[in-house]
Amino acid sequence: MEEIIKEAVIGEQEEYIINMGPQHPSTHGVLRLVVSLKGEIVKNVQPHIGYIHRGIEKMCESITYPQIIHLTDRMDYLSASINNEGVCLAVEKALEVDIPDRIKVIRTIVSELTRIQSHQLFWASYGMDMGGQTCFFYGLRDREMILDIFEETMGGRMLVSYNCPGGLMYDIHPNFQNRVKAFLKYFRKVLPEYDAILTGNVIFKSRTIDVGKLSLEDAISYGVTGPSGRASGFSCDIRKHDPYSAYDRVKFNEVLYSEGDTYHRYCARIEEMRESMNIIDQLIDNIPEGPYAVKLKPVIKLPEGEYFQRVETARGELDVFVVSDGNKNPYRVKFRTPSFVNLGVLNHITKDFKIADLIAIAGSLDLVIPDIDR
Amino acid sequence: MDKAQLAEFVKTLIPDSEIRQGKNYVEVTVPSSALFSAAKILRENEGTSCDYLVNITGVDYATDMAVIYHLESVKHRHMLVLKTRTTGRDNPAIDSVYDIWKSAEYLEREIYDLLGIKFNNHPDLRRLFLDSSWGFPLRKDYVDDINIVSK
Repeated sequence: MEEIIKEAVIGEQEEYIINMGPQHPSTHGVLRLVVSLKGEIVKNVQPHIGYIHRGIEKMCESITYPQIIHLTDRMDYLSASINNEGVCLAVEKALEVDIPDRIKVIRTIVSELTRIQSHQLFWASYGMDMGGQTCFFYGLRDREMILDIFEETMGGRMLVSYNCPGGLMYDIHPNFQNRVKAFLKYFRKVLPEYDAILTGNVIFKSRTIDVGKLSLEDAISYGVTGPSGRASGFSCDIRKHDPYSAYDRVKFNEVLYSEGDTYHRYCARIEEMRESMNIIDQLIDNIPEGPYAVKLKPVIKLPEGEYFQRVETARGELDVFVVSDGNKNPYRVKFRTPSFVNLGVLNHITKDFKIADLIAIAGSLDLVIPDIDR
Repeated sequence: MDKAQLAEFVKTLIPDSEIRQGKNYVEVTVPSSALFSAAKILRENEGTSCDYLVNITGVDYATDMAVIYHLESVKHRHMLVLKTRTTGRDNPAIDSVYDIWKSAEYLEREIYDLLGIKFNNHPDLRRLFLDSSWGFPLRKDYVDDINIVSK
């Protein structure tokens, strides 16, 4: 009898391979994972990417610097204005332009609002991946308020293209400050609800605590940055270590944990929303007067050389590396995108967990597929 | 250590390198044959201890190709730029740094995919975004007949 049962359990003896994606709902885009399973234990995960590879780096070589801004929106569409900022800072660094304080402060506020709405969407979709439909509605309801603020000032909701070399596309709307303050007041009230629904939930905790552990050494070796890296104790916040815009004049804490499991990768994002609100608090009433853009030459040509700029997006470290030969087009642009590098650790941290945990672990890395493919 | 001291220190570590003080970072140029050993020294030496590989970039120049590594030390918080050039561009190959930094696996695969630089001792060197029928699109002499991207 026992032997018959043993035989009935298919796949216990040998590994078999299933395809997850490219249209699997929990991958949030076209990510295809080829998973080797032994029973329901994951033995190997091979990501297959490139379904929406657009060759942004190649396109950049034939367009001008102000045009590149609009392509960077489409890499990590949830951190669009932070991506813009990276390119703008690289160009401004190369041209040695002094940027007025007003621009720096507005850029910082917009970046932090972008970070909050990105983490809200993470919370919403991660909750849904874990079986909590409510999260999706709550998260998107609150995110809508930020998108409305963006729409009023920038004309766009997600792909805002708000920063441009030399400053901002337009000045802020007269309502901007009041609406941001109203949002902060509202969101401080509802953020504890997020904890009540998901963070403290027993089922959620038992599915995430001690699942997909990543040690500090591995986090550094695999280059896992952003909240995912900081959950393992890797102090990698560019805002702290290489401050840009107005981050050197605000006080905030770098959210660090030492556990490095799925639960703490999630917690790091929730805590970051609180830190982002603190940063906006310090700046929103102190936006200096001044121009919203510096006049640059109509055709921007960078001096010959190499320029490297790091910014902290909602997912981790984005590096913009520009090689210029003195023309109006860059000779080579390289974007080191956080999701692409974070994807590299997936095989390592899912090994020997169940296939249901693969959804939890991959979701906690908060991958954005256009950011991987570029 | 400030930048000048760091530059001098690296010179003593890797005597056959060419050190240049860039605008922001110290740049170390080594021949491609000495790349792996230089990277290992920068990673393991206490004074440099570059344990975080930030980025790898491949650049196609007319005569050869450059591979540029941005390294950071989490302990000391300094950055170093390690540069090398391949010999020619017909069949370029350099050593993989996967044994030193795990993040190199995907960064190097991307460079192989888009520029055609081979990495010796890489665990899994396959095309990443494109299939094998494509050329190497980030090369300067790449011509795309269907989607014309050049000016």
